[in-house]
Amino acid sequence: MASEATGAEEGGLVFHPMDQFIIKPLFGGGDIAWYTPTNATLWMALSILAVVALLVLGSSKRAIVPGRSQSIAELSYGFIYKMVEDICGKDGAKYFPYIMTLFMFIVVANFLALIPMSFSPTSHFAVTAVMALAVFFAVTILGFVKNGTAFLGLFWVSSAPLALRPILAIIELISYFVRPVSHSIRLAGNIMAGHAVIKVFAGFAAIAVLSPVSVLAIVAMYGLEVLVSFIQAYVFTILTCVYLKDALHPSH
Amino acid sequence: MATDTIAASEAGYAAAESAPGMPQLDFATYPNQIFWLLVTLIAIYLVLSRVALPRIAGILSERQWTITNDIAAAEDLKAKAVEAEAAYNQALADARAEAQRIVAEAKTEIQADLDDAIAKADAEIAAKSAESEKAIAEIRAGALESIEAVAKDTAAEIVGLLGGQSDSAAIDKAVADRMKG
Repeated sequence: MASEATGAEEGGLVFHPMDQFIIKPLFGGGDIAWYTPTNATLWMALSILAVVALLVLGSSKRAIVPGRSQSIAELSYGFIYKMVEDICGKDGAKYFPYIMTLFMFIVVANFLALIPMSFSPTSHFAVTAVMALAVFFAVTILGFVKNGTAFLGLFWVSSAPLALRPILAIIELISYFVRPVSHSIRLAGNIMAGHAVIKVFAGFAAIAVLSPVSVLAIVAMYGLEVLVSFIQAYVFTILTCVYLKDALHPSH
Repeated sequence: MATDTIAASEAGYAAAESAPGMPQLDFATYPNQIFWLLVTLIAIYLVLSRVALPRIAGILSERQWTITNDIAAAEDLKAKAVEAEAAYNQALADARAEAQRIVAEAKTEIQADLDDAIAKADAEIAAKSAESEKAIAEIRAGALESIEAVAKDTAAEIVGLLGGQSDSAAIDKAVADRMKG
């Protein structure tokens, strides 16, 4: 009995909280080339399907009095549209489809990742960094195209005393280039940490005494992760809007 | 022992598989992830910009339009209702005035009829009473004549009974004197 218990303990306490993030080929093994369909591909494809189901099939009735799915589609549309318009102003509204694309992908991928045994693409720095860098470059190029060299006024804090301005400019410049880093790591870090913590609690469930506590902890973490999934998508989107506003109206 | 070795080999396998510690830092998978991410984002962008967003925008503006229209229609109907109420009140007032006019007319008509009838009745009554008076006068005259004749006869009889010669002229004169007296 005792040896069995210790054996179970040893076996149960081998945690692999990060294994859920491993990218595997869907069919067979072997190396992962750039085109290989992997579990990341599968869950990204599922997120496309979910977006289509929500926004296209949900709104297919075009009802004046909306049903449930149409209400959600309209809510998400109105939520992001209002966010873009409030932060970027009326002239930011034409970038709404790009921001909506980012938001819908992140929020749907985050929620799909909450399905047990699923894979979370948004927990990978490769994914979030590409989105953050895309936002960074698009916003920077847009800033120069729209405002020319006046875009550099973003780094020249004209409301500060003259002596402080060069120092502030350096700080602003550094913070500007740190943006994509913080932008991407915030999202991937939150999703990764939450899922890893759930996995760790799940590992403790192998010990009979701790399993009720562990299950309760998983439930609590799961609830928190539902919140985090939405909030991180919201944060990513709202930061994108703020960066876009800086590009459109660089004056402080 | 056997389970131990399996667990150990599993642990070793897992350790080998997640060699860099974090799968997120396994740069060998980056081209794959980036490629599929771009495919995903472009697919979602196309779906949203071609189908979903115009459609939802259409639904929202259509709803706005419907609501505005309905409010306008409601205001129209309200104005109509107010108008109808005014017309109803007007009709009510007209009807009242008409009724009062008819009542007044009827009253005057009835009054005229009544006056007529009263006048006719008065005239009839007057005629009747005149006739009656005449009849009474006739009766009275008749009565006086009879009294005279009876008095004369009675006087002549009494005179005759008393043994006198009835002198009709004297009797007539005496009766006429008495009658006068």
